[in-house]
Amino acid sequence: MLEQLNFIKQCRKYDLTLWQCPNFLIIIIGLVTIIAMLGTYAVAIEYAQPEIVALIVIGVTAILFIIGYLVLQSFEKLAQANRMKSEFVSIVSHQLRTPLTSIKWTLNLMMLKEKDSLTKEQLEKLITIKESNQRMVNLVNDLLNISRIEQGQLNLKPEKISLEKTIQDLIKEYSALAKASNIEFSLKSEFLPLVLIDKQGIELILRNLIDNAVRYTKGKGLIKIKLIKKNNSVRCEIQDSGVGIPNKDKRKIFQKFFRSQNIMKYQTQGTGLGLFIAKSVINASKGSIGFQSQENKGSTFWFELPIKKTLKQKILKHQNKKH
Amino acid sequence: MKTILFIEDEPTLQKAISQFLEKKGYKIKSALDGEIGLAMAKEFKPDLILLDLILPKKDGFEVLKEIKENNEIKHIPVIVLTNLEESSDIERVLSFGTTTYLVKANYELEEIVKKIEQILGS
Repeated sequence: MLEQLNFIKQCRKYDLTLWQCPNFLIIIIGLVTIIAMLGTYAVAIEYAQPEIVALIVIGVTAILFIIGYLVLQSFEKLAQANRMKSEFVSIVSHQLRTPLTSIKWTLNLMMLKEKDSLTKEQLEKLITIKESNQRMVNLVNDLLNISRIEQGQLNLKPEKISLEKTIQDLIKEYSALAKASNIEFSLKSEFLPLVLIDKQGIELILRNLIDNAVRYTKGKGLIKIKLIKKNNSVRCEIQDSGVGIPNKDKRKIFQKFFRSQNIMKYQTQGTGLGLFIAKSVINASKGSIGFQSQENKGSTFWFELPIKKTLKQKILKHQNKKH
Repeated sequence: MKTILFIEDEPTLQKAISQFLEKKGYKIKSALDGEIGLAMAKEFKPDLILLDLILPKKDGFEVLKEIKENNEIKHIPVIVLTNLEESSDIERVLSFGTTTYLVKANYELEEIVKKIEQILGS
């Protein structure tokens, strides 16, 4: 509360002068209004001339308009600061990608050229470097996605996608990791129509959800994935028997950079960006996302995506319109 | 033996990809800036061009535009290999004509070789 009142300090943090600071300007508006009222009252008692009162009201209104204009300007300045922050992230991320690519490709080259002369231990070490490098690449990609979301430039090209096929491919990719952690997958799916979403986008969402399910399951576990048709959409549910989400954290789970206290105990890796990105992509694709969870029992994350209308349906709709 | 021209200003990337592709049985010609790259494309007429976008002297967008406008070399397939990924960059590249667009950081060299084989095979 006290920090809220210390607006001068706050505004300085955002590089705003006193006359660009919205909090300060609103207090000035309040003061001007109070003084004007008292003044009008005093003048009205003393002179009882409507012209003077009207003049004061016009004058005060003009002052308030000017201050209002300053408030709007200050918001513009804040928005600009925010855009600059996003651009900064974007530039830095691009610059980071070049050395990361260099590491990746040099490792690729080493592993191809020296394949026969590398000892098992050396190869294992190279694989560790490669995996760490990939984690950094993923992090940079996440940051770039965040800055695109913030600048409203998320590059999505919706196309017809089979969720079942996409999930099967991902399960295959995760099978080694899952096996090592004693985790099994089950995929239940009825005959399903295709959904309309960006290919990279849906892979990003599913990868994040499956990755979370695997990482936050401790010991033996089963990850159940279900695909159901629901009116004009397809619903995907990913149920794990993992650590779950404490009630107090449920509200914040889709927030940027948020990581629940209880998962920090199990997993220090992670950025808290995955679910934020997933939600942004789902929202931009006219879908919805949510979850149910119980601490120590597990979580079920679900999302729904609209079905791509078939050509036949489109023609029917078109004909109906004509008649 | 198929010849690939690789236009890239970052020496470490240049070295890694050249040696990898040589090992895979391709002949590599390297250019470190856009001007030299374009001149080499005209002179050697390679079977495929790998092109970075941020380049000194003449950037990759300009190089690609001039390749696509030159009747002698416009048939050569181009793979744009860059770390730029904003939609405006991708759209600008595609506006010059058919091109494969790959984001460097997201590809292993093995996957890039696969793409090259796909394009040269057809």
